Amino acid sequence: MDEYILEIKNLTKEFPGVRALDNVDLRVKRGEIHSICGENGAGKSTLMSVISGVYPKGSYEGQVFFKGHETAYHSVKDSEKEGLAIIHQELALSPYLSIYENIFLGHMQTKFGIINWDRYIKESNKYLKIVGLNEPPETIVSKLGVGKQQLVEIARALSKKADILILDEPTSSLNDDESEKLLDLILEFKKQGITSVMISHKLNEVLKVADTVTVLRDGKSVASYDVKADKLTESRIIKDMVGRDLTHRFPDRKSQPGDTVMEVKNWTVYHPDFHKIKVVDDVSFFLRKGEILAFCGPMGAGRTELMMSIFGRSYGSRSEGEVLINGKKPDLGSCRAAMNAGLGYISEDRKSLGLILIQDIKTNISNASLGKISRFGIVEGHQEMLVAEKYRKDLNIRSPSVHQMTRNLSGGNQQKVVVSRSLMADPDIFIVDEPTRGIDVGAKSEIYSILNDMAAQGKSIIMVSSELPEALGMADRIYVMNEGKIKGVLTHEEATQEKIMHLALVN
Amino acid sequence: MAMNNMSTNGGNMGDKNIRTIDFKTLFRNNIRNYSMFLILALIMLIFAPMVSWRNFGARNLTNIFFQYSYVLILAVGMVQCIIILGIDLSVGSVCAFVGALTAMIYNSGAGMPMTLAAALVIGVSIGAFQGFWIAYMKIPAFIVTLAGMMLFRGLTYIVTNINPISLKDNGYSYLATGTVDEVLKLGPIVDTGSFRLYPASLVMGVALVALYIISEVIARNKKIANGFEVSSTLIFIGKLATISALVLVLAERFAEYRGLPIVVLVVGTTVFVFHFILNNTVLGRYIYAVGGNSRSAKLSGINSELITFIVFCFMGMLAGLAAVISTGYMNTALPQAGLNFELDAIAACYIGGVSAGGGIGTVVGVIVGGLVMSAINNGMSLMNLGQHYQYVVKAMVVLLAVFYDVYTRRKAGLG
Repeated sequence: MDEYILEIKNLTKEFPGVRALDNVDLRVKRGEIHSICGENGAGKSTLMSVISGVYPKGSYEGQVFFKGHETAYHSVKDSEKEGLAIIHQELALSPYLSIYENIFLGHMQTKFGIINWDRYIKESNKYLKIVGLNEPPETIVSKLGVGKQQLVEIARALSKKADILILDEPTSSLNDDESEKLLDLILEFKKQGITSVMISHKLNEVLKVADTVTVLRDGKSVASYDVKADKLTESRIIKDMVGRDLTHRFPDRKSQPGDTVMEVKNWTVYHPDFHKIKVVDDVSFFLRKGEILAFCGPMGAGRTELMMSIFGRSYGSRSEGEVLINGKKPDLGSCRAAMNAGLGYISEDRKSLGLILIQDIKTNISNASLGKISRFGIVEGHQEMLVAEKYRKDLNIRSPSVHQMTRNLSGGNQQKVVVSRSLMADPDIFIVDEPTRGIDVGAKSEIYSILNDMAAQGKSIIMVSSELPEALGMADRIYVMNEGKIKGVLTHEEATQEKIMHLALVN
Repeated sequence: MAMNNMSTNGGNMGDKNIRTIDFKTLFRNNIRNYSMFLILALIMLIFAPMVSWRNFGARNLTNIFFQYSYVLILAVGMVQCIIILGIDLSVGSVCAFVGALTAMIYNSGAGMPMTLAAALVIGVSIGAFQGFWIAYMKIPAFIVTLAGMMLFRGLTYIVTNINPISLKDNGYSYLATGTVDEVLKLGPIVDTGSFRLYPASLVMGVALVALYIISEVIARNKKIANGFEVSSTLIFIGKLATISALVLVLAERFAEYRGLPIVVLVVGTTVFVFHFILNNTVLGRYIYAVGGNSRSAKLSGINSELITFIVFCFMGMLAGLAAVISTGYMNTALPQAGLNFELDAIAACYIGGVSAGGGIGTVVGVIVGGLVMSAINNGMSLMNLGQHYQYVVKAMVVLLAVFYDVYTRRKAGLG
C-alpha cells in the first residue's frame, strides 16, 4: 500500500476568465487528518469538487491519484463507489425525510424495486451510535438543529463505507460545544483508520486536530506543514494565507461613547409559529453614541431574533416592550420605517436574506437607498455608477467592475457589498449580525476597520457575534444572552472568553 | 482569484483616455440579448422562400401588427408578473369581459376616448382585485388568477347572455385596424398607380431615428465624461446604424401599404413606457428586487406587497387595453373571445428570455418573443397550414427557446 491515499499533481482548473486552481499539489497520507486552509476564493471548494468528481475528468488539467491509481470520475457517484465521501458546507439533506431515509438515500439495496426499510432503520442505529447522535432514526431531519443534521450527514458518509471523508467547513454553523464534539468524532475516526480532509477557517480547530496542513492562496498550493514537526502556529498559517503578516487582527481604537442613543426596555418576542413561546424574554439594553456593542451567546440564544424583531418586526408573531431612539418612540413597524428611524441591519445570512444574487454589485448597493439617487422616481444611472464605484474602491471589493453579478463573488466580497448597501443608507445605529461569518482573515480585518471607522464617526454599532475573540477585540461592552434572556453584561476591560462562557452557560 | 483579465483594454480605435469594452466581452455579455433578434430574422428568412417572400411584404407586415398586437401588449404585463414570480392566467377571460363591457359602453353612445378610458379603469380595477388577494392575502398568483380566469369568463357569459355584441359602427375598431394616415386623411406622397407611399410612418420613422441617435450619443458622452466603460466607436456606430436601418425599413414597409397603423403607436408607446419604468425608475428597480430575492428586498426596506399589488394593477390595465384592441380587430365582442391569450402571452415571455426563477426579464425581450410567435403563426398561415400545425410548431419553439436560454445561461455562469 502507498503511503498516500490521495495525491494531486499539477492540477489546474479554469473557469471562463478565472483560473481557480493553478498547478496545485496535494498529498494526503493514509489515516491522517489533513486540513486545507486558505482565504475565500483561494480555490479550496473547487479543489474538493475536482477530487470528488463534481467536475469530471477532462474539465481540468493535471492528475488526481486515489489509492494509487489515477482517477477518471464522471460524477460524484463514481468517487463514492471508490470510498470517497464529501460533506458540503451547505448541508444536502432532504429536510422532510427521516434520519434513516436520509442516511441511506441513493444507495439502498432493493428487492424487485422494494426497499426493506426495517432493515435500514436497524442499520441506521449503528451509524447513529458511532457519530453519537441520540435521536430515534424516524425523526424528521428538519426538526433537528444544524449540529445534529451535520452528524446525520456524517452517518450518511460512513454508511457508504467511506475510506476518506472530505469535510467542507464542518463547524461553520455549529456552536462551540457542538464543534468540540464534531472534532472529537473526527479524531475518533482517525483511530479507526479513516482519513479526513478538512477545510476550515477556524485555525484553532485546525491546529487542534490536524496532522498536516496545506495552505492555498490564489489557486496555488503555497505551503504544506506537518503540524507537530514544524510546530505550526496560527500566525504562520495566516501569513501564508494572506501572503503578509497580519499584526493587528483587531485594529486599535480609542472609544469615547457619548450619550445614550437607543434604549430597549423589557422587549419580549414570540415565536412566529408557536405564539406562546417566548424567543426573546424581557430583554433590556442600551446603546451609546460611538459605541460598539457585542451580543454573544450560543446558537439559538435569541440574538438574531432580538435584532430582527427590532428592525421592522422582521421576526416573530408579535413583540412587547419599548424601543427608544434618542428618547423618542419611533414607528418601527416595517423595515422602511426602521430605516427612517435611523436603523440599519445586516443579516447573518447574506445569500438568502442579504444579497440579490442574480443582480450586479451596483444594483445591490443602491437598492436600499434609491431615493438618494433618483428624482421624481427616476433613477439617475450615472450617479448610481459613481456611488457604486466609490464603495467598490473604498471597501476594496475585488471584482473587475461594478457590473459583476454578486453570485460570482467570494464570501468576503459579497459581505462588503452588503456592508456598502448599509453604508449608503447611512444609518445612525448599525446592527450587524455575524459580520464576518464564513469570510477570510483578510476581509475580516477590513470589515473590522470599517466598523471602527463608523464608530469613530459617531455611529453606534450593535454586533451579534459567535466568535468570542472578535467580540473581545472589538466591543466596548458585551451583552451575553442565552435562552432568550440577557445573562449579563461585561465591559471591554473585564471581559474574557471564560467569563462570557460562564455567564452564558452557568447561571 | 484571477481577476481583471476580462473587461478592459485601454482604448482601441484611436480613442484616447476612453475605457472601451473589447468586442469579445461585449459579445459574450450580450449574446443572449441579441440572439433572439437573430432568431426572429432567421425564422422570417426560413419561411420566405416557401411563401415567395410574401412574409416581408408591406401588406403582410402591417397585418402582423393588426393581428398580433394584443399578444405584445399582454406580454408587457405578463413579463412583470413573471419577474416577481407570479403569473396571470386570467388575461384571456379579462379581455373577453372588458371587451363585452366596452362594446356595450360604446354602443350606448359614449365616444371612443371614453370607451378606452373605461376599458383601462375596469382593467385596473380587476388587476387591483386580484392583486389584493395575491399581495395582501398571500394566495399564490396561480390560484387567484385561475379563479379569475373562470370568474371573468363566467361574468362575460352572464353580461353577453352568450351572444356576440356587434359594434354599432366602425369607430371602435380604428384603434385596432386603422392607420394614422387614414384618420388624418393624408394622401400618398408618392403615387405611381402601382406604388404608393404614405407619409405618417416615414415622418415618424425619421423622427424616432433622430431622437434615438441623439439620446445615445448624449448618453455615451456622459459615460465617457464620468470615466465609465463604453463600447468602441466602431461598434457604437455599427449598433446605431443597424437599429436605425431596421426602424426605417419597417417605416417604409408601413408607408407602402396603408400608412402607420395606430396600433403600432399604441404598442410602441406601451413598450416605451414600461421599458422606461422597469429600467429607469425606482419602481422598476423594486420590481426586479422583489423578483430576485423578496426576503432581501424586504430587509432593504422595500414594500414587496405594494410592489406585487402594483404589478397586477399594471397587468389589469394592459389586459384592458388588449381587450379594446382585440375586440376592435374582430369588430364584435364575442363571449368566447380571448381564448388562450394568456398562454400566448406567457409563451412570448419565455421565448423572450424571462427566467422562470424570477428577477430576470425585459420588455424588449418579450416583445421579440411575441414577434417570434407571430412570425411563425403568420408564416404558417401564408403556407396555408392550419391552426393545428401552428400549435405543434409553437410548442416546439417554446421548448427549444427555453432550452437555449437555460443552456446559454449555464454557459455564462448565471446558474
